[in-house]
Amino acid sequence: MWRDALLVGGKDLRIELRSRVATMQIAPYAILVLLLFGFAFDQNHTLLTQAAAGLFWLAVLLCSLLAVQRSYAIEAVDGARDGLRLSGLDPAGIFLGKAGAIAAQLVALEVLLGFGIVVIFGADLRDPGLLVLTSVVATVGLAASGTVYGMMAAGLRVRETLLPLLILPVVAPVLLGATQAWMAAFGQSGTDGWRWLGLLGSFAAIYVALGILGFSTLVEEA
Amino acid sequence: MRRGTGDRLTRILGWSTLVAVAATAWVGLVVSPPDVVQGNLVRLIYVHPAAATTCYVGFGLCALASLAYLLPRTRSWRWDRLAAVSAEVGVVFCVITIVTGSIWGRGSWGVWWTWDARLTLTALLLAVFIGYLALRRAIADRRSRAMVSAIVAVVAVLLVPVDHEATNWWQTLHQGNSLLRVNPLIHGWQLVGMLLSFGEFALLFSWLLLHRYRVEVLEDRFEVEGFATAIAERRAEAGVAPEPRPADVAAAAGKS
Repeated sequence: MWRDALLVGGKDLRIELRSRVATMQIAPYAILVLLLFGFAFDQNHTLLTQAAAGLFWLAVLLCSLLAVQRSYAIEAVDGARDGLRLSGLDPAGIFLGKAGAIAAQLVALEVLLGFGIVVIFGADLRDPGLLVLTSVVATVGLAASGTVYGMMAAGLRVRETLLPLLILPVVAPVLLGATQAWMAAFGQSGTDGWRWLGLLGSFAAIYVALGILGFSTLVEEA
Repeated sequence: MRRGTGDRLTRILGWSTLVAVAATAWVGLVVSPPDVVQGNLVRLIYVHPAAATTCYVGFGLCALASLAYLLPRTRSWRWDRLAAVSAEVGVVFCVITIVTGSIWGRGSWGVWWTWDARLTLTALLLAVFIGYLALRRAIADRRSRAMVSAIVAVVAVLLVPVDHEATNWWQTLHQGNSLLRVNPLIHGWQLVGMLLSFGEFALLFSWLLLHRYRVEVLEDRFEVEGFATAIAERRAEAGVAPEPRPADVAAAAGKS
């Protein structure tokens, strides 16, 4: 399973590195979203600083949609998905590989956006451990759920419009939990950030388990 | 062949629903007194909690039927149909819950909507099941549709217990449970009206579900036989003979 995961994940990441869609399109898109938030709340800098955590995660969420769509779009041509299906790879491995590749891209994006948040919005940091741990766990949750729903929508004609409808309500708890934990890490709220981290952890665990157990059915049917 | 989706059972259910609606309206609007704190606004208690519970029942039934479809031993199209129709009816009751809750919120909290754990989760629940119905419409192949949507339903229903317990787990504006506790907060005519409303919504739910299920059966039949019947009709119109047996045409349509 792990060997298959490395194969699939490595393949996805190599395609992204060579096609440069992630670096030339998705990353600039993320920065642009952040800038637009900046324009929208231009006059009110305190508001912007307070909302920084939420805006950051909203930007990550929008980019994760693109990353998931991209992850399945690269397999849409030349019957690549049928190839993957017939390759004899363990479906759980395919799931872990694809989710891992999406998570790796999202982490790179989060580092970039994190700098953007600090520079553009001027937020300052209190608890780096909570911040980093939240980001990792939330990213795993986003990537796992995105991979599961992406596979469901992959072969459909209406996938571009259906995917956001399926994913956004499902990952809303991630947006909520990660934002609250980040605000605690920035020292902006009195809530216990580690409790929100627990919520994020259970979300990630549910979707990783669902992906490992259910992906064989999805690979066969979708 | 029966025309329509009604029979004696649905007619009995339908009339009982009407009687229950009338009884609840009479108790709720005439007999029961206005509340000390909330005044006449409290009469929403005869609609809102029952609608919310019925919505949970709809989504729960959808998940159970989906689970029954996913298990190879019990796999049957019946479960897939039941999952589809109970999700649809559940969505209707979820909308009723949100609308009546919003009216109640406007009256007692002064706002139509607020970011409260119970409200937010109910809105998410609605969005998730609307996504489920959209997914069902998007997948053309019947087998894939049944499998994929069953997985979605089984995961989506995890939100229901979280939503139900939201008032216990988080500090919420929404009040906690009033009935399911050691010392219920509701007595007298209010309790009678509320229990009546639960009965009324249960009847309404069963009536809607039964009709909708039969429509689904008809739709499935149309999918299988519709093409063959249409060909046979066109041939008859043109006076072409001999007519191929509908079974052959259905088989040919299935292959293509």
